[in-house]
Amino acid sequence: MVIDWQNFTPWASLAGGILIGLSAGLLALRSGRILGVSGFVSGLFDRDDEWLSRLMLLVGLVAAPLVVGLFSPLAAPIPDVGWPVVAAGGLLVGFGTRMASGCTSGHGVCGLSRLSLRSAVATGLFMAAAFVTVFIARHLV
Amino acid sequence: MRPLFSLFVGLAFGIGLCLSGMTMPSKVVGFLDLSGAWDPSLAFVMGGAIAVGLVLFRAARPRLAPPSTRVDRSLATGSILFGIGWGLVGYCPGPALAAISSLEPKALAFVAAMLLGTVLHRLVAALRDGVAAFGRRGDTTAEACA
Repeated sequence: MVIDWQNFTPWASLAGGILIGLSAGLLALRSGRILGVSGFVSGLFDRDDEWLSRLMLLVGLVAAPLVVGLFSPLAAPIPDVGWPVVAAGGLLVGFGTRMASGCTSGHGVCGLSRLSLRSAVATGLFMAAAFVTVFIARHLV
Repeated sequence: MRPLFSLFVGLAFGIGLCLSGMTMPSKVVGFLDLSGAWDPSLAFVMGGAIAVGLVLFRAARPRLAPPSTRVDRSLATGSILFGIGWGLVGYCPGPALAAISSLEPKALAFVAAMLLGTVLHRLVAALRDGVAAFGRRGDTTAEACA
């Protein structure tokens, strides 16, 4: 295995991870809710009295790069793949995360932090599927 | 949940995603590509988040509904489908939403497709539940007849 030292950012990634854990943990402590982004997105289609709160969390998430951009130039994140792959990927992520009732945040961060076996299985499977997909897409196709 | 508090949480969560590098598809794929030049940064994101999470979620346990323990086929199939999509593009739901603000056409298209996938699943689930409810109704009728 070759390590890509040029792009390796342990400290920024650790700091970002801590902030991610803090915000998810604070929402659980104060509101008793699991910060799962795919669930919050799906919840936009549910009309109940938490609808506005879900929307506001997503608004904060969308606005975050603009806030970061005020302090440091931000490379615009663009996926390096063609349009059909973008469309297929989006569909798979939208459908799959709802079928599994969670994504990287709900299962990966919150679920693992709660030592949930269900989330450990989900995280193991989506990581494994992603590793295999990247191997096939980058080295076999 | 209070709207203002959740706005603040969403902002902090999104800033964390930006700092961590999760919002850069190339960096995510660099982590997922074990056989190329491997960038292990994202393991630090997971490590940092869970280190803090273990403490806070333990403290929050009285406030949270107990986690589901069901490990079934839809959990497995859904996770695998999600992993394939994540590996293909490098976006999971959080970073994809954060990327909207760049107004990059591909980021917008990904989120549109992701919403479509979400709605599609809701329709499938509603259909299935509708069929199940119909089946139950059939059962009660059968019982009434008996």
